[in-house]
Amino acid sequence: MMTTQDIHSKMQAQFGEAVGPLSEPKLDAFATVGASRLVEICRWLRDTPGIELDHCDDLTAVDRPQQNVIEVVYHLFSYPHRHGVVLKVMLDRAAPALPSVEEVWKAANFMEREVYDLFGVQFSGHPDLRRILLPDDWVGHPLRKDYQEAGGYHGVPNVRENPLVELRRLDVKRRAETAAQNPPAPPPTPTEAPKA
Amino acid sequence: MEKLILRRVDHNDEEVLLNFGPQHPSTHGVLNFLVQTNGEVLTRAIPDVGYLHRAIEKIGEKVGYPGFMPYTDRVDYVAAMFANEGYAIAVEKLMKLQVPPRAQYLRAISCELNRIASHLIAVGSTAMDLGAFTPFIHGIRERETINDLIEALCGARLTYNYHRIGGVAYDMPSGWRDKVLAFLDHFDTLLVEWDRLITYNEIFIKRLANVAVIPAAMAKSYGLVGPNLRASGVDWDLRRDLPYGAYPDFQFKVPVGKAWYGTLGDCFDRYYVRVLEMAESSKIVRQALEKIPDGEFMAPKVPRKMKPEAAETFSRVESARGEMAYYVVSDGTENPYRVRIRTGSFTAMGIIEALSPGLMLADLVALISSFDVVAPEIDR
Repeated sequence: MMTTQDIHSKMQAQFGEAVGPLSEPKLDAFATVGASRLVEICRWLRDTPGIELDHCDDLTAVDRPQQNVIEVVYHLFSYPHRHGVVLKVMLDRAAPALPSVEEVWKAANFMEREVYDLFGVQFSGHPDLRRILLPDDWVGHPLRKDYQEAGGYHGVPNVRENPLVELRRLDVKRRAETAAQNPPAPPPTPTEAPKA
Repeated sequence: MEKLILRRVDHNDEEVLLNFGPQHPSTHGVLNFLVQTNGEVLTRAIPDVGYLHRAIEKIGEKVGYPGFMPYTDRVDYVAAMFANEGYAIAVEKLMKLQVPPRAQYLRAISCELNRIASHLIAVGSTAMDLGAFTPFIHGIRERETINDLIEALCGARLTYNYHRIGGVAYDMPSGWRDKVLAFLDHFDTLLVEWDRLITYNEIFIKRLANVAVIPAAMAKSYGLVGPNLRASGVDWDLRRDLPYGAYPDFQFKVPVGKAWYGTLGDCFDRYYVRVLEMAESSKIVRQALEKIPDGEFMAPKVPRKMKPEAAETFSRVESARGEMAYYVVSDGTENPYRVRIRTGSFTAMGIIEALSPGLMLADLVALISSFDVVAPEIDR
């Protein structure tokens, strides 16, 4: 078992400038890697004895419009050694693209499709890069922070009136009808004073 | 509109292109497969998921930290306790909250009861998909009792919303412990009966053994988790190997596939690992009920509006469908900046296309049900 720091220093020794510094560990530290050598780094992490990150636990993305980046996040883990590392690739928001790691971990196939679908990140070398959760003709990438809903999909609206407003309208209408059918009883006539 | 999935298929006159689902009784929810068959043998089956996508991750960015808890129920409504627990653990890490021991135990008890209920559905529906209806009814009957017990604990039978950030919502009601123990006594005998009812049935074995074999390396590469991974012979369980909550206090075995009737990693192994796991869960619940400490069931001073400092964390729990992980990113405001839910069913769908060539069409049904996929967990 190695700590994240150990794995990171080995990665830096092997790949030099392609691996950035480890982040300040508020909770989970992560290492930033360059997109160009990503597949090489991942294959090395999977195959190097002593590291053997054989489980691509999670592959997702975070959109950060302020910094104008989309981070693609890899949570990697090793079953035999029980250690792991978090990698991040910083991409330009305007045209996010990076190589696919599908050939390293097959699990990345579906996860990369999901990131493509919801964030619009292009994975070059992916065998079947299609939308996965949304329909093929969906416009936009919903998990981006600046996503605007298109106002419905094939005639299915994405906004509706508050159902309480509709109920209130029905209620008022029914009361008016009831009132029309049963006119209010005339005011009671003054009765004679009870006899003593 | 041309469906992009069709571009992948290049079929000749010998082959038939079928839509399997999305409304098919044995697809475990709204799932679609584009199936290319030559006679009764599959050339390939391409999963087409997303029919139940409800944008739960996007909702997570729009509601506050405590407000997201009921939505996690909807991620996996057959085993909602685990979804609650994973999210609670992630936010507790961000907020640096200590969960009291009694709450840890209550979490373990509720989760393991839920695991039994979920596995009863899994093994029951495996049998049902292969044409044996009776075991499913037996499973549902036992699950009803668990639903009653969990209803007494938290008031809900399906979407529990029981775990809270910093503890659990309610303590055990009085007399609940005895009811659970009475159920477990009954349940342990049922498992023997279950094996006699369906596991040793020769037709059932023939439908599952040697079908869709997944070697260990393939299972790891495709990111299979939980019982599906263990059935391929990988001895890995988060509860034992990276214990969280109260799990270090319990003694239990981790059932691993043993090629009971066929090859290691076939459908029968995936089925039977779950049956054995139910017995282990029953043991864990007994130990937890025996050892449960007194005290508070909620951490003191949990704020109603949470503002954890900007950080990110990754929490993993062993759900009934394997590892469920929450990746929660905070930016210092009241709402999470990003919530990502990694589920076991999603990666299990990814392996089906690779396994499908050469399978019979009827074996595809066995394969899907042996993975115990739940459609909302795939699509989220």
